[in-house]
Amino acid sequence: MPIISRGFKGRRRDDAPRDRVPPGQYVTDDFPVLSAGPTPHTPLDQWDFTIVGEVDERRRWTWDELRALPSETITVDISCVTKWTKLDTVWEGVSVDTLLDGVETSAEYLTVFCDGGYTTNLPLADVTGGQAWIAFAYDGEPLEPEHGGPARLLVPHLYFWKSAKWVRGLRLTATDELGFWESNGYHNYGDPWKEQRYWGD
Amino acid sequence: MEGAAVLGRLNWHVAEVADVWPETDRVKTLALDVEGWPGHRAGQHVDVRLTADDGYQAQRSYSIASPDGGPRVELTVERIDDGEVSPYLTGDAHAGDRFELRGPVGGYFVWDPDPGGPVLLVGGGSGVVPLMAMVRQRTANHDEVPTKLLYSARSWEDVIYRDELGRYGKRGDGLEVVFTLTREQPPDWTGFGRRVDRELLSQVAPPDLSLTLVCGPTPFVEAVAEALVGLGHEPSRIKTERFGPTGG
Ligand SMILES: Cc1cc2nc3c(=O)[nH]c(=O)nc-3n(C[C@H](O)[C@H](O)[C@H](O)COP(=O)(O)OP(=O)(O)OC[C@H]3O[C@@H](n4cnc5c(N)ncnc54)[C@H](O)[C@@H]3O)c2cc1C
Repeated sequence: MPIISRGFKGRRRDDAPRDRVPPGQYVTDDFPVLSAGPTPHTPLDQWDFTIVGEVDERRRWTWDELRALPSETITVDISCVTKWTKLDTVWEGVSVDTLLDGVETSAEYLTVFCDGGYTTNLPLADVTGGQAWIAFAYDGEPLEPEHGGPARLLVPHLYFWKSAKWVRGLRLTATDELGFWESNGYHNYGDPWKEQRYWGD
Repeated sequence: MEGAAVLGRLNWHVAEVADVWPETDRVKTLALDVEGWPGHRAGQHVDVRLTADDGYQAQRSYSIASPDGGPRVELTVERIDDGEVSPYLTGDAHAGDRFELRGPVGGYFVWDPDPGGPVLLVGGGSGVVPLMAMVRQRTANHDEVPTKLLYSARSWEDVIYRDELGRYGKRGDGLEVVFTLTREQPPDWTGFGRRVDRELLSQVAPPDLSLTLVCGPTPFVEAVAEALVGLGHEPSRIKTERFGPTGG
């Protein structure tokens, strides 16, 4: 039996389709920010993206090289562990499939690494098959630094901390290694539909 | 990496409101008795879940304002007029009411009694709440690390924990409290009267600063963290927590 909060009615949004809002989330039109430290600012001429770790050979793209790859417009709903969900967000980015094309690996996991030292971990199977992008534009504009610009990972089917801001590369690993928030009490996998917010959820 | 503060599953607890008191016109503190509360570290937060009589639920996060100790947990909540949860907590909730809560959450934005040098806490508006838990924990533990709290509020009337903060900083225990009032200052005001910027921080931040914790609305946190980095402070020694909506 849940505890009824006397007099609480809530302020439901009729326009929020129930099948698109995961449990415990509310729909917002804002774009809140979650990060653990100062916003890094890496000049684009010093920026690169690498794939390292358990790979046949290291891959590297400069900013211009990454931007020259085929990109896609992605329209997705995103859910943050701090309870907000934002519907129909529009991004532009390069599919992780494109970056992993031709990479030989026996790895089953990866650690995403970023400027500012932030990391997050995912199964490789969650960033392949059209499920993840390196996004560099939001709503038709270059991605703002506080939202992860110049580029962030976009993995919309998991809580948004997995969509690491200021991304600089992927390290493919044989075993699952806890990332930053994952070491600090947050769930290892983070499926919003199973409400996997914290350890043990 | 900070220690693992959360072990095992974070269960929902029943919280009963023991007492409610106003801090400012828009802010109230709720003292909650939480059965089975496992204890917490200053700076951590809880998730609050409210349930309407037809089963509709809403969840939000709130920092814990009190230091660790016993089953009592205090939350300090600012009313957001068109909000869903904060008007309930600051308006409808009375002693004896019950709702659900789980935590403590977060092992990163927490008090560190021995970071190797002075600590600066920078709070904007209700962002002072987790920092107040740290100040209280420091006092309770008699921690000796030199600590400064820089607190930015709109006016003196908007300062949360006014009396308690006035008493701190006069105790000679290495804690200093510095206010800046950004919109309106009392006639005899001698403190700062503008937004926290680089110059203000250069006056307040000790040169041998070892750790800074910044909490508040996103634009405030962005500006403070950016200014500290600009002053040469090591980015990895600046921890941030952001409340609220504005992505700027
Ligand atoms: C880790 C964490 C700790 C937090 N700790 C505290 C705390 O100690 N005390 C506290 O009062 N709040 C705290 N918050 C914010 C809190 O979780 C809620 O976001 C806040 O109470 C608003 O909820 P609501 O349901 O009333 O408003 P909502 O229904 O969520 O929002 C209603 C409207 O108000 C806007 N809005 C939401 N929040 C704010 C805000 N802070 N300022 C201005 N406008 C806003 C929204 O964009 C929206 O337009 C914390 C948030 C996080 C993520």
